[in-house]
Amino acid sequence: MSKDKTLGETLQERGISRRSFLKFCATTASMMALPPAMIPVIAATLEKLRRPSVIWLSFQECTGCTESLTRSHSATIEDLIFDTISLDYHHTLQAASGSAAEQAREEAMQENYGNYILVVDGSIPGENNGYSTIAGISNKDMLLEVAAGAAAIVAVGSCATFGGIPHADPNPTGAVSVSDLVKDKAIVNVPGCPPIPAVITGVLVQFLTFGLPELDQLGRPAAFYGNSIHDRCYRRPFYDKGLFANSFDDEGAKKGWCLFKLGCKGPTTYNACATTKWNDGTSFPIEAGHPCLGCSEPDFWDAGGFYKALSIPTEDIGKTAVYAGAAGLIAGAAIGASLRARKQSAVKNHERVTIDDLDQES
Amino acid sequence: MTDTEFLLWVRGPAFSAATFIMCAGLVIRFLEIFLLGRKADLAEARGSAAAGGFRTLFRRSIPDAGSFQRSGFTIVSGYIFHIGLFIVIFLFVPHILVFETVSGLSWPGLPSNIIDATNVVTMIALLAVLIHRVKDPVMRMLSEFNDYLVWFVTFLPLLTGYLAFHRVALSAPMLIGLHILSVELLMVLFPFTKLSHAFTLWMARWYNGAIAGYKGVQS
Repeated sequence: MSKDKTLGETLQERGISRRSFLKFCATTASMMALPPAMIPVIAATLEKLRRPSVIWLSFQECTGCTESLTRSHSATIEDLIFDTISLDYHHTLQAASGSAAEQAREEAMQENYGNYILVVDGSIPGENNGYSTIAGISNKDMLLEVAAGAAAIVAVGSCATFGGIPHADPNPTGAVSVSDLVKDKAIVNVPGCPPIPAVITGVLVQFLTFGLPELDQLGRPAAFYGNSIHDRCYRRPFYDKGLFANSFDDEGAKKGWCLFKLGCKGPTTYNACATTKWNDGTSFPIEAGHPCLGCSEPDFWDAGGFYKALSIPTEDIGKTAVYAGAAGLIAGAAIGASLRARKQSAVKNHERVTIDDLDQES
Repeated sequence: MTDTEFLLWVRGPAFSAATFIMCAGLVIRFLEIFLLGRKADLAEARGSAAAGGFRTLFRRSIPDAGSFQRSGFTIVSGYIFHIGLFIVIFLFVPHILVFETVSGLSWPGLPSNIIDATNVVTMIALLAVLIHRVKDPVMRMLSEFNDYLVWFVTFLPLLTGYLAFHRVALSAPMLIGLHILSVELLMVLFPFTKLSHAFTLWMARWYNGAIAGYKGVQS
């Protein structure tokens, strides 16, 4: 596939109808909450686009993000869009291996220096560079080298965006996120464990069409991470009515009531799961009967327990209250005894006023 | 510190610290009062101290006609915000879960929209009593810094709760974190301010009633 051809030409060659292409553009515009008038703008921009070079680096990760993207559905238009992007280096997907693979990365960097998009999944070991290497190069060195020539960086998955599971307590590798190491480049965070495939492609489309998207305080594109799961959840009316499942097999669970009591992190989690859903819009975890784990938020693995309700303190408060009571008894007895002694002393030292004293004063 | 880290801190170490201070503080305050002791009443009992105590516990919650005519506003607004606080604190399901974790006791909650509406009414009632306190010359003269502090730490959890429920301005983890932190501030100040009346009120009323009952006087 030639890099000189535009996306429009490539789609035409591959027999993708304009109708299908516009449908994809409309879906993407809808996900980004853009008005219908923007659909032709997205279509026109994408059609004219020449295949930008993408280098995808995978560090401390489980390949779930790549699996999410590639196994979403066969032959979707997202796949073709991705085919149309020149994915020059992705060590899980590329055919080449060893030095040939690294050569592909170096060539792609040289040819497109300053213009390629860097996609990263996985966290980077911060304690010891030897924890994770590729072709003898530490993750940190490779990230900094490739990031230096990138037009922009897209951190995909919770590991690359916030450290993810490798960063979970006790974080043996000292895992850090991309934004912890790269400070001088635009970074778009696409968290999730894994992120929704349509969101990954949506972010790329948004970036290619409109440039750097509007980001929230955690560097996430507001178009996809602007709403909490709770606010968009189809079970929200049950929360409002005070109807909750108390266990995974009680009447409430069977009736599809709110999963807040079972530890749902929907109220504090921003993602598009409740609207875009998974498997081509089939379902999402809450619809399948499981509470949201909050995987698109920082430290989701250590956020007080998956099955503990958000309002419940994370430490043993009952024990704290008992210790406090014991400490209060000791301190209170000491203070009380001191006050009692003062009172007795005051009574003892009390000078009685006689009629004679009063007479003298007057 | 990210918003999530902040939320975890207020749900974890900060909540434990607030619980410790509140529980230890309450025990200290109770012991301070009890250990002072009272002189034995050597007079012959002319009635039942216990009966008078329990009767007063109940009767002092009902304003008499004279009080109502003199301080109708204080009584009505006081009832509204106290009942409102009870509903908002004890009948919101996420709050019940906290009490259940500590005590093992659970009870049914109200729909969150009813809690939200009650919260708004309670905040209005609290604002009204504050305005009354500032406007009324006698109230203003009697008020000191502590009175305004107590009002503030009572109002703050209602306000942050409202903001967290409606997700105003900040991220949800930050808003929920601020709400819990405001409750922790209330917990820390509880034993050491007039807020402790929520506990001491009952024994004070009982004691007043018991003295009267012992003397055979109705209170």
